[in-house]
Amino acid sequence: MSEEKKLIEVMDAPSFSRTVTRIAHEIIERNKGVDDMAVIGIRTRGAILAERLVSAIEKIENISLPLGLLDITLYRDDVHTRLEQPVVQKTEIIFRVSNKVVILVDDVLFTGRTARAALDAIIDFGRPKCIQLAVLIDRGHRELPIRADYVGKNIPTSFSERVVVKMEEQDGADGVYIEKPTEE
Amino acid sequence: MGIRGGHLLDLESLTAEEIISILDAARSFREVIDRDIKKVPTLRGITVVNLFYEPSTRTRISFELAEKRLSADSLSFSSVTSSVQKGESLKDTIQNIEAMRTDMVVLRHSSPGAANFLTRCCDSKVINAGDGAHEHPTQGLLDIFTMRERYGRVKDLRVLIVGDIKHSRVARSNIWGLKKLGAQVAICGPSTLLPYEIEKTGVEVFSNLDKALEGVDVVNILRIQRERQDAGYFPTLREYTLLYGIDATRLKRLNPGFTIMHPGPMNRGVEITVDVAESSDSVILEQVTNGVAVRMAVLYLLMAKEPIADKEGVLTP
Repeated sequence: MSEEKKLIEVMDAPSFSRTVTRIAHEIIERNKGVDDMAVIGIRTRGAILAERLVSAIEKIENISLPLGLLDITLYRDDVHTRLEQPVVQKTEIIFRVSNKVVILVDDVLFTGRTARAALDAIIDFGRPKCIQLAVLIDRGHRELPIRADYVGKNIPTSFSERVVVKMEEQDGADGVYIEKPTEE
Repeated sequence: MGIRGGHLLDLESLTAEEIISILDAARSFREVIDRDIKKVPTLRGITVVNLFYEPSTRTRISFELAEKRLSADSLSFSSVTSSVQKGESLKDTIQNIEAMRTDMVVLRHSSPGAANFLTRCCDSKVINAGDGAHEHPTQGLLDIFTMRERYGRVKDLRVLIVGDIKHSRVARSNIWGLKKLGAQVAICGPSTLLPYEIEKTGVEVFSNLDKALEGVDVVNILRIQRERQDAGYFPTLREYTLLYGIDATRLKRLNPGFTIMHPGPMNRGVEITVDVAESSDSVILEQVTNGVAVRMAVLYLLMAKEPIADKEGVLTP
């Protein structure tokens, strides 16, 4: 039997869904409504989270916001240094981003490099009125001057730990865990 | 999954998984070229040389566009306007260009194996853009990609390739790629233009076009090169057209929902009639659009860093 890595739960399913609802409320409050708003999720789990946010906002405001799915692979800054190229997935943004309030969604904010790539990618689609970043978990260790506008939970971590976000659509159940590095 | 070996020389040596990974990536790149801003920064700082020793419109422009869409710097070299005219060899040419710090070479050459030769005299990654009658892997990939997007599968598709199979690198790349993905491939042409022992690759061989067309899903029509007539491969162009030209009445033998393909350049009225070429079942221009996406996928996948084995044979970046 392969050794199961040790996962410490930091967010359970009920608080997961409460967090998504809270972020939805914060987005509406900060922008005084949802006019000209669009939600773009970063594949894979940011995209699922973005879908959840869109339906949470729909429950509150009765408006279904345009949802975009973004694959940032082509904007990564490590393409030339990897052994095997990451799989490129499809970007699906079928609305105009120009003059929209874009809510960019990802599951974990870590070094900030993914968010940087996503910002570049979105700006290649047009000139949004503004871009706001919503993340479920902020684990620190930023390598770039990037911060989130909406944070589900701040979790202080050491650099060698991993934050594992599980979501029902992908993994069967919601939850956030910290994986300790295995000691050799 | 990427492409092993760091070069794309042929489809014969690729595995089905490698071909699928290129086709899957190409689907994502197809989305990029349909955007308003058709450019991503992925290959910034990479320099690609397009070495063309033979005339080409589609392949050359397609590669150049693919490179530009990925933000690579691209140079185009045409043997006609270069020191090749003064007698400089292929090896010297590439070594001099490479001395200016280039990273990748796209080669079109009239000698089979030229791309393979190039891998042994330079450090660049090499993409074969057609070497004699050997292979034209990116054309094969874009043909297969076009079929896959249209039918959602390649397995069990019935594909017929018509024309000068003997001199066609496009036919060879199509046959290898399609067979690996489980398609049923048949070829048809005058027996003088069919290669010796081609049936050993597992294709069905026809010399009667009407029989060959029965129940086929995709017809890929190859260009008939006029100079072959002078070499005595067939008596007249008119006779070729009567026996092997695709016209509207012949299409009735195909499966419903059939597709007409042609890698270009077309000889209208010879191997294909104008109404067939321009009909709604023809995807000839779609192939050209897809070509850019497929070449972007190949460039992207080849740029993965090559692993370097340490003393214990462990691969590290």
